Amino acid sequence: MRKPFPLHLVVFLAPALLIYTALMIYPILASLWLSLNTVASDGRQVFAGVSNYARLFHSEVYAGPFWNALRNNAVFFVIHMLVQNPVGLALAVLLASRVRGSNIYRTILFTPTILSVVIVGFAWKLILNPAWGVQHSLLAPLGLERLDLPWLGLEGTALPALSLISVWQNVGIPMILFLAALIRIPEELYEAAALDGAGAWTTFRRIQLPLIVPTVGIVGVLTFVGNFNAFDLIYATQGALAGPNFASDLLGTLFYRTYFGYQLQAGNPYMGAAVAGAMLLVILIGVLAYLLLWQRRVQEVQF
Amino acid sequence: MRRPPVQALLIHLALLLYCVLALFPILMVVVNSFKERLTIFSQPFALPTPTTFTLDGYRTLTDGANFPAYFLHSLLVTVAALFLIVLVSSMAAFALSEYRFRLNTLTALYLSVGIMVPIRLGTVGILDLMVRFHLVNTLWSLILVYTAQGIPLAVFVLSAFMRQLPRDLKEAARIDGASEYRIYALILPLVRPAIGAVLAISMIPVWNDLWFPLILAPGEGTKTIVLGASVFLGQFVNDYNAVLAALTLAIVPAVILYALFSRQLVSGLTSGALK
Repeated sequence: MRKPFPLHLVVFLAPALLIYTALMIYPILASLWLSLNTVASDGRQVFAGVSNYARLFHSEVYAGPFWNALRNNAVFFVIHMLVQNPVGLALAVLLASRVRGSNIYRTILFTPTILSVVIVGFAWKLILNPAWGVQHSLLAPLGLERLDLPWLGLEGTALPALSLISVWQNVGIPMILFLAALIRIPEELYEAAALDGAGAWTTFRRIQLPLIVPTVGIVGVLTFVGNFNAFDLIYATQGALAGPNFASDLLGTLFYRTYFGYQLQAGNPYMGAAVAGAMLLVILIGVLAYLLLWQRRVQEVQF
Repeated sequence: MRRPPVQALLIHLALLLYCVLALFPILMVVVNSFKERLTIFSQPFALPTPTTFTLDGYRTLTDGANFPAYFLHSLLVTVAALFLIVLVSSMAAFALSEYRFRLNTLTALYLSVGIMVPIRLGTVGILDLMVRFHLVNTLWSLILVYTAQGIPLAVFVLSAFMRQLPRDLKEAARIDGASEYRIYALILPLVRPAIGAVLAISMIPVWNDLWFPLILAPGEGTKTIVLGASVFLGQFVNDYNAVLAALTLAIVPAVILYALFSRQLVSGLTSGALK
């Protein structure tokens, strides 16, 4: 007997698939297509192959800002990996130790994460502003006046300072994910370790860390995707010009300036699309590296 | 697990220190927004006293910007997007978890691409589309984009939950002659925790976004609170009272919402990432 055509299947799936395809998949593909085109001298759009990308990577006007933004983005990512994720892990281990009130701690520690990046950026901009003496009055009693600098205003410190602001805000995400993995570890393992006389550090090294390795990978790839897509924090604190002197320019701000134009720079949709294409490429490389290298290794360890 | 009291004390100390670090900037902003300009600078850490208390900043705010309207725009966009996300994602998740059909796995895979690929990379295409359909500077442009953005993770989380429901229940309903749509309606209340989780995870990026309001709906009639605050902050950089008041108004509602939903948020984040 042939089953009747499953109309309900279409009814259930169509709305989500339509909205998702029309506003996510199609626009991304359309952007990629646009990046392969350019405008001819008579004003018509013509196919240009990868010449926009060649310009982005090599030409005098575009290559400098592009490589600068990519380098800055890499630094931004490395600081998150070195500071945000280890601190998040440490906090999760502390919370998982079932001290009293750990739910309250968890709620407070996650608070910065729920605030808008714009608001966080501005609040920190005020606090780090030497005109408001907050930084000075915190550092002076500790004898650290040498550290009382306009952190966001110096070319050498702006990017690390912004990275740390972003770390401060987002540390809740790795914390929660690590915590979820930690509380799934069966109690017996801890008891066995305690019987063997293992201290806190040994328990962490031998039991907790090996069992949360898959989460380490997920946190890493989420950090990667989030970081190479960042925009709001830089835009809110340093403006679209990502000052001082482009020291905090990331791919996101570069994309915004290239596509929409800013002050003296005219917008160019084709080159803007090429920047978006390059961002997609970077993100895909990261996700693929995670899937192929990390996840496969983790599976080999587990089975 | 028993531990020596010294160790417990050290753990509390470390967590408390980090709590101070997490709350300090927020408290600095909120507390100082109620103080006279001179005291903001001379005694940044002091609480407002009757002599230094002022609402000047908030007054500048009500004169200089249309914050209630921005707030309403944000609320409309967030509520509508969340409603659509839950509706269409739960339908799709139901189909994916309930029926075996040829393209099932492929459809699930197709939808999950969006978890890893940020929707912002399609901005150029989205703007084109919105211009073509005359949706620029409407709240609909934001609602639709955020719905698309929320679908992948929502389908993922909801179908993971729906797969855990017992089959017998649905079979019993089918034997009683219930239609597939009726069964979907029966399932929804059973996955309420998952829906709460999806609401909580999807809400934060929608409420906080700056990118799409800036590009798709920067007009006065559609500004969201984040965009409105960011424009206002840009104009009043040197008026500390006004800036601190604006920041406080943007922070406090978000924190209250978070306090209400924090449990769902945590369960959502953890199940979303680990299922």
